[in-house]
Amino acid sequence: MAIHVEQVTEAVAKMCKEANYILGADILEGYQEALEREESEVAREVLETLLENAEIAKEEKMPICQDTGMAVIFLELGQDAEIEGGSLTEAINEGVRQGYQEGYLRKSVVADPLERQNTGDNTPAIIHTELVPGDKIKLTVAPKGFGSENMSQIKMLKPADGVEGVKDFVLQVVEEAGSNPCPPIVVGVGIGGTFEKAALLAKKAIVRPIGLHNQKEELAQVEEELLTEINQLGIGPQGFGGATTALAVNINDYPTHIAGLPVAVNINCHVTRHKEITLG
Amino acid sequence: MEKIKLEMPITEAEIRELNAGDKIALSGVLYTARDAAHARLVDALERGEELPMELEGQGIYYVGPCPAKPGQVIGSAGPTTSYRMDPFAPRLIKEGLRVMIGKGERSTEVIETMKEEGAVYLGAIGGAAALIAKCIKQAEVIAYDDLGTEAVRRLEVEDLPLICVIDSNGNNLYHRAGE
Repeated sequence: MAIHVEQVTEAVAKMCKEANYILGADILEGYQEALEREESEVAREVLETLLENAEIAKEEKMPICQDTGMAVIFLELGQDAEIEGGSLTEAINEGVRQGYQEGYLRKSVVADPLERQNTGDNTPAIIHTELVPGDKIKLTVAPKGFGSENMSQIKMLKPADGVEGVKDFVLQVVEEAGSNPCPPIVVGVGIGGTFEKAALLAKKAIVRPIGLHNQKEELAQVEEELLTEINQLGIGPQGFGGATTALAVNINDYPTHIAGLPVAVNINCHVTRHKEITLG
Repeated sequence: MEKIKLEMPITEAEIRELNAGDKIALSGVLYTARDAAHARLVDALERGEELPMELEGQGIYYVGPCPAKPGQVIGSAGPTTSYRMDPFAPRLIKEGLRVMIGKGERSTEVIETMKEEGAVYLGAIGGAAALIAKCIKQAEVIAYDDLGTEAVRRLEVEDLPLICVIDSNGNNLYHRAGE
């Protein structure tokens, strides 16, 4: 069935608003589990405040966090999908424009990275397109705040560095980030591919609901081990100390070159937001 | 632990009594400024121009709020990460700024200036932006309107929940947490 670009605009606008008002069930459960585990009084108070804040945001339809982010959009485009009515890219940007305007969301995008004039409507979106079989399109909207984005890093490791090298780098990035990215964080890790592919893998790892693991058993185990080690760093909620520095470590991997072992670490704050829809 | 009630503006003597780890309920006037506004404020000082607000005894909250919906005073308004203001903060502290509110680490230079001049760095809970907005009773843009969310606003707040992260002796709650 043909998909009209107006359906895309409408869906994106709605998801921009909902993602910013309503925190996902997986994150809320993460807070609750952390509350049960935390012994530090200040850590417990921070987590209780975050739960109360999420409740107010949902009730009053206002943003959970004032940094309503750059609109990162993953587009899975079915190779047989029929799009009618205009440009798909423009339809997505129009959805962002409408969603951020109608939703009273903050406009945080500057047109030129050096001249820094605000575009006034939070466009352009960051759109990552993947071609897939079928005639449908799947859109995932993931507003990304920059307190945590600024704490992200990438490194081209040597093959000989192996899994220990990967783990050391992830721990180093989280430790250097400290209190800055609003812990408890979600840590997205991309291993393999090329320089840019590793970063994209890490970004996509962030939108995987927490509690779901990498399908490879050995990588699922690395996710668990890293989560334990990160939570032993003692940074805690907001950096005030405690046993919950991260809610999850999500790793995505891809084949790479005989000479390389790229690793990207993309950090997200405790307001990790994403909504998805399939059209067609 | 009981919360310490503070009323803005504030004196150096009151600042010197605060200790890292103290829980605070802050009321009174605060000004907002983040990256772009800090650059303009310091630029104005360098050129010998008058600032849009008096800094002696005042506090700056590092925030770029969401737009207010009809009927709201202000949209969601949590703290932004403070280290980006580090290149500008010492100059403002030397002009009499006593309180900075944000989240995350500060540079050695900022902390040294805080110790010399008598200033504190208070943490608001990052991401608790809807809840914090409820403590803001009045908001008005007073300068740099063209910066949108980054404009300087004069806020009146009531019992804003904060924690003293770095006190005027340089004690740091984050470093204590990591030990």
